[in-house]
Amino acid sequence: MTLDETMHGFPQLATAMPVWHGTVEAKPFRDLCEEVRRSGGKLVALWGSDETARENGYALHAALITVRGMLCLSLPIAVDRPAFPDISDLFPGANRMQRAVADMLGLHALGSDDQRKWLRHASWPGDVHPLRKSFDAANKFPTDSDAYAFVPVSGDGVHEIPVGPVHAGTIEPGHFRFSIIGERVLRLEQRLGYTHKGIEKRFEQMTLTQGAKLAGRISGDSTVAYAWAYAQAVESVTGAQPSARALALRGVLLELERIHNHLGDLGYLGNDVALAFGFAQFWILKEDALRMNGELFGHRYLMDKVLPGGVSCDLDERGCERIRQLLSHLENEVSVLRNIYDEHAGAQDRFLSTGRVSPDLAAQLGLTGMAGRASGQAWDLRAQFPCAPYDQLEVNMATHRNGDVAARVTVRFEELSESIRLIRRLLDLLPAGELQIAVGNAPDKAFGIGWVEGWRGEVLVALHTAPDNAIHRLHPHDPSWQNWPVLEHAIIGNIVPDFPLINKSFNLSYSGQDL
Amino acid sequence: MHQIIKQILRTGIKTETPPPSADANLRTEAQRLQQDILRHLGRALAIRHIDAGSCNGCELEIHAVNNPYYNIEGLGIQFVASPRHADLLLVTGPVSRHMELALRRTYDATPEPKLVVAIGDCGCDGGIFGESYASCGKVSNVIPVDVIVPGCPPTPLAILQGILAAVAKT
Repeated sequence: MTLDETMHGFPQLATAMPVWHGTVEAKPFRDLCEEVRRSGGKLVALWGSDETARENGYALHAALITVRGMLCLSLPIAVDRPAFPDISDLFPGANRMQRAVADMLGLHALGSDDQRKWLRHASWPGDVHPLRKSFDAANKFPTDSDAYAFVPVSGDGVHEIPVGPVHAGTIEPGHFRFSIIGERVLRLEQRLGYTHKGIEKRFEQMTLTQGAKLAGRISGDSTVAYAWAYAQAVESVTGAQPSARALALRGVLLELERIHNHLGDLGYLGNDVALAFGFAQFWILKEDALRMNGELFGHRYLMDKVLPGGVSCDLDERGCERIRQLLSHLENEVSVLRNIYDEHAGAQDRFLSTGRVSPDLAAQLGLTGMAGRASGQAWDLRAQFPCAPYDQLEVNMATHRNGDVAARVTVRFEELSESIRLIRRLLDLLPAGELQIAVGNAPDKAFGIGWVEGWRGEVLVALHTAPDNAIHRLHPHDPSWQNWPVLEHAIIGNIVPDFPLINKSFNLSYSGQDL
Repeated sequence: MHQIIKQILRTGIKTETPPPSADANLRTEAQRLQQDILRHLGRALAIRHIDAGSCNGCELEIHAVNNPYYNIEGLGIQFVASPRHADLLLVTGPVSRHMELALRRTYDATPEPKLVVAIGDCGCDGGIFGESYASCGKVSNVIPVDVIVPGCPPTPLAILQGILAAVAKT
């Protein structure tokens, strides 16, 4: 049976995106993962759940994508044998996800040679697992000393630079261990998990309505993407259908989020190559966009504007006009700045060939989202699986093959222009309709998926329901899971002072992967 | 170079009177504080930011206070790379238990006298994450705090006022 036939043999979820879900045993689970890998597909997310209260052991869930859509697989796991087949040989990005499953649920990847902890540091012992139903979220364990086996690099003249968790700039905490010779980086190893604040456990104490606010605070810079993905997941289990107007407004909000993040990054990328002019200019534009957001929607970062059933904001003709004015202003200014960046010998010298991830390496490691598109990975949900309102817009995907900082800068410029075009189109087409419809009750044991192309890449929310609109298990997945390990490769052979630049060119979320 | 100068001239000065509009007294207060900072320290006020577990929303607004509109450096306030150079710590997030030790160590590494400003709803009271196996909740559960700035995230103006309020306390 071909992969397509198998996939379409499973029931399709009633969600805005093309998603099929099947429950399979270990052997077909591994075989289907191999099939997806062979056909050029990717792993989007991997998570586990505790089904013991339902007398059904544990389960491992994987979200895979092929050119046809998403294939979600659930693998039941017996209580007396808490293990599942390793898939990190097929999808290298699975390594950390599997280790997180082991930390949080005590389910182990059989055959993986990396069994180190990942999200757990010293705050709870290795033999307890916070996402098990028997674990009380209020439990506090004495802080143990944190031992972690970094991969040692030795040789003549090799030395280590440990950096973090508190960094020199205004960024999130994480630890980077550089092994270097002179100025050149031989190897970088990351240790993340510092911002782990129990988000997934927190969801399990919430109802579907309460969860919307938390979803918008998984990674603050992607609040619209998460809130939309959460809303999609809730709508898929309750059968709620937001109006065309609500969906169009979500599109406007998501593209505004992409714009302000890209503007900020372009400013910092200038700053990191000593072009402070770029920082000042782009951050003026970013502030202009944020102030407009505050003025029109009541929140500079658009938090809590997308809710299950619709949106909590509206646009009148004056508001649309205000957005159009901002877009024209941005378009003019950005085109001047883009010329300056392009012709600035100093900036281009630092951007070009720095932090390169070749398309082959990107495909092998599963680099995703905006960074993936700069390395020839032509995936963009808005173009490939366009749900409303993107189905009327024919989104142009920005792709480049150089995979260096310069390519990630170029993709940002192109996506900025495209987002401006998309918002204009959305405003021109803005249909009438209710802003938010009532969301009905969700059945127990339902499974829903939300899947949205945020500015960084695809954000996934997987939802398993409990009775009375409660959350049995919720896994929010940030594209940073896939991209952090690739950053370790991007820095190899570069010099230490280029790390901040390379890091910024990916701009990955710590909070989104630490959960 | 020609293009850069042209663009700078065309953009003009964006910096607003600090902190603008909300309160006319604040402007004179800000000027007075600026002079106080100079008199006490003889240099800029040095701030070290620590993300102790936030969702990164508050970081976005801390970045924004550095943009030309708010121009925090123009007020004689500077972000520094090490706690050893800092007069004031700007702490965001509910403090994750994984950051508890790092936060204490950073606090200990900051020379006396030192000020701590907790930024955001989570820093003030634990916010939506609260206290749990993974979160210590508010910043003052871990280190002493002088001023709290609520908001999710607080606006750049609120952050600026929080910093000025902490300095005014000394």
